[in-house]
Amino acid sequence: MSRKLSYREAMREAMHEALANDPRVFLMGEDVGRYGGTYAFSKGFLDEFGPERIRDTPLSELGFVGAAIGAALGGMRPIVEVMTVNFSLLALDQIVNTAAALRHMSGGQFSVPLVIRMATGAGRQLAAQHSHSLEGWYAHIPGIKVLAPATIEDARGMLAPALADPDPVVIFEHAGLFNIEGDLPDDWSADIRSARVRRQGKDVAIITHGGSLPKALAAAQTLAEQGIEAEVLDLRVLRPLDSESIAAAVAKCRRVVVVDEGWRSGSLAAEVMARIMESAFYELDAPVVRVCSEEVPIPYAKHLEDAALPQPEKIVAAVKEMMG
Amino acid sequence: MTDHHAAAPPSGPVPWDKAFALRLLTDMLRIRRMEEKSAELYGAGKIRGFLHLYIGEEATAVGALHALAPDDNIVATYREHGHALVRGMEMGSIMAEMYGKHEGCARGHGGSMHLFDARTRLYGGNAIVGGGLPLAVGLALASKMQHEQRITACFFGDGAVAEGAFHESLNLAALWKLPVLFCCENNLYGMGTALERSESQTDLCAKAASYNMPALRADGMDIVAVHEASKQALRTLRESAGPVFVEYQTYRFRAHSMFDAELYRQKAEIEEWKTRGPIHTFTARLKAEGKLTEEEFLAIDAAANEEVAAAVAFAEAGTWEPVDDLLKDVMTPPPPAPRPGGGDAGSPPAAAPCEG
Repeated sequence: MSRKLSYREAMREAMHEALANDPRVFLMGEDVGRYGGTYAFSKGFLDEFGPERIRDTPLSELGFVGAAIGAALGGMRPIVEVMTVNFSLLALDQIVNTAAALRHMSGGQFSVPLVIRMATGAGRQLAAQHSHSLEGWYAHIPGIKVLAPATIEDARGMLAPALADPDPVVIFEHAGLFNIEGDLPDDWSADIRSARVRRQGKDVAIITHGGSLPKALAAAQTLAEQGIEAEVLDLRVLRPLDSESIAAAVAKCRRVVVVDEGWRSGSLAAEVMARIMESAFYELDAPVVRVCSEEVPIPYAKHLEDAALPQPEKIVAAVKEMMG
Repeated sequence: MTDHHAAAPPSGPVPWDKAFALRLLTDMLRIRRMEEKSAELYGAGKIRGFLHLYIGEEATAVGALHALAPDDNIVATYREHGHALVRGMEMGSIMAEMYGKHEGCARGHGGSMHLFDARTRLYGGNAIVGGGLPLAVGLALASKMQHEQRITACFFGDGAVAEGAFHESLNLAALWKLPVLFCCENNLYGMGTALERSESQTDLCAKAASYNMPALRADGMDIVAVHEASKQALRTLRESAGPVFVEYQTYRFRAHSMFDAELYRQKAEIEEWKTRGPIHTFTARLKAEGKLTEEEFLAIDAAANEEVAAAVAFAEAGTWEPVDDLLKDVMTPPPPAPRPGGGDAGSPPAAAPCEG
C-alpha cells in the first residue's frame, strides 16, 4: 500500500511529526511563522505550535543560525530554515567556524545537534542570487553531514534521523522538486548513511543527486528506448559520501557519467570522479565524464538558464558519446 | 531604563568583607602569574600558535565572573585564559591545553584560543571576532525556552562591535528578551586599530542603547567598579527580563599577540595606563583600609606562583594524543546499527545535550 503526496507535503509532514513528538524541536527562520514559510512548508504551524516554537526571525542569517547553534548546545533541537543556499553564505562563518568545528575543537566536549534546511538549485528564472547549487562547498567541510533528499520518501524520511543525529546536519532541498508528486509506500524507510539505486541498469551508471535526479531518470528512459540500460545512483548523502555504492555501480556498469548541478571546477562531481580513480580505476571501460552547470552566474532568461544547467539531452549525449 | 552615563567608579572604601576582597585579589594574581609564565614558555617554544595575554585586564573577568552564579553560561573570546581560570577550571588543564597536550581541557585540539569546559559551562574560547555573540543568544534562548533561571554572559572586545554578528545578536537578544549579559571589554584597540579609527560612533553604550537595551559603563581597571557594575547589570537583567550591555573600559598592557611589534601605540600611553593597573591599585587600597598586610599579599602571591609551577609540571608531564585518534572527535561516534524496517530512524533520543 502507498499514498500519493508532494515533496512539499512530505517535508511538511516530517516537520510536523518532529514538532509534535519532541518538545525540544522548534523551527526558526525568515517567514516560517505568519507567512507560513517561503515555500509553504510550515503553513498552519504557527497556530498549532505557537510563536515560541515556530519562530520568525529578522533577516539576520548569521545571527539566527548562530543562535540555533547556541540553542542546540543548550539542549534544544532546532530546525533552521534558510531561504536559499545563496543566503546561507551570510551564515557560513557560524556553520563552518563554529557548528562544524566545535566538537573537535573542544576535545569532544560539545556536540551541536542542529538541522539546517535550505532551498538550492536553479530552474525557476530567479537569476544569479537565488539559484546556485553550493552543496559541494558544504560537502567539503568536516564536522557536518550533508543531505540531498530528491524523492518523496526521502523528503518524508530524512528529517527524523537528521534530528536524532548528535552533529550538525545540513539538508539541501532542490526547489525544482517541491511540487513533484509520488507514492509514499507504507513501509518507507530513509537512513542518512547510504546512496540508493533509483533505476537498475548495466551499460552505464549515472551518478547524481538532488534536482538532477529526475533529469537523470528522464535521460535513462530515453536511453532505454535506444537500447542502452542506464543505472541511476542517487547519492542522497553528500557528506560522508557512500563510496561503496559508488564503487559497486562502477563495478557493475564499467562506464560512469556524473551529473551535478554545481559548477564543474572543484565540484562534488570532481570528488566522485576522484574517488573512482582512487578505488575503481581498473574497473572502468572508459574515462568517467560529467555533466555539470556551465561556469556562469545563473542567468535570468529562460533559454540561457536552461543552457547553463544539466539537462536530460546533455546527459543522453554524454552517454552516447561515451558508448561510441 | 537606559542609563549609560551613570556608572562612575565608586569612591570610598571597598564595600566587601576581607575574605571576598582577598578572593578577588587572589584570582587577579593567579591570572597574572599564569600569563607571565605563559609568555616565558612561549619564548621557550613550549607554547606555540597565537597567545593573547590578558595582562592589565584582569579586573574585568574577575569582577564580572564573581557576580555570576555557578550554573550560568559563559561565552568568551581568544583572550580567555583568565575567564577559564576564574570560572573554576584547573590551571593545569589550561596550561596543558596551551602545551597541546592530551591532558588539556580540549585534549590539545584548541590551544590557547579555544579553552572549553562543559563542567563550568564555558562555551569557548571563540576566535572569530564577534563569533561568540550569536552563540550566547542561542544559549540564552534555550534557557528561556526550557524555563531555566541561568543567564549567559558573553565576553567580547571593542573590535567586535564593528562586526555584523554584534548588531544581529544585540537585536535578536533584545527582540526576544533573552537573558544575555553582553560584556564588552573595551581595551581601545582591535588588534592594532584604535577604536576612533574604526568606529564612527565611539560611545559603545550608545550602540547597545539603540537596540533598546539597558547599557552601562564601568572602569575596567577598578575591580570594585567592575564587580558592582556587573551586579547592577544582573539586577537590571532580572528586572527587565531581557539583555543588558556593560562596557568595561580597560587596557591591555602587553602586545595583541606574541607577533605584535606594537607600532600603533606610544610607550607613554602604555605606561600611563599601567599606573592604573588593577592589581597594584587594589592592593594599595586594601592595605590603606587595613584589609591586607604585606605578609598576606606575599603569601597570596607565593601561592599563585606555586599553583603556576604545579600547572607547568602537570603540562610538562602530559602526553601527546595518539595520532591514531586524530579524527576521533570530528563527528560523534555512530550508534549501534539501527533496527531494520520502516522509519528506522526512530524518534530523537531523550538524552541531554552532549556535555562530555
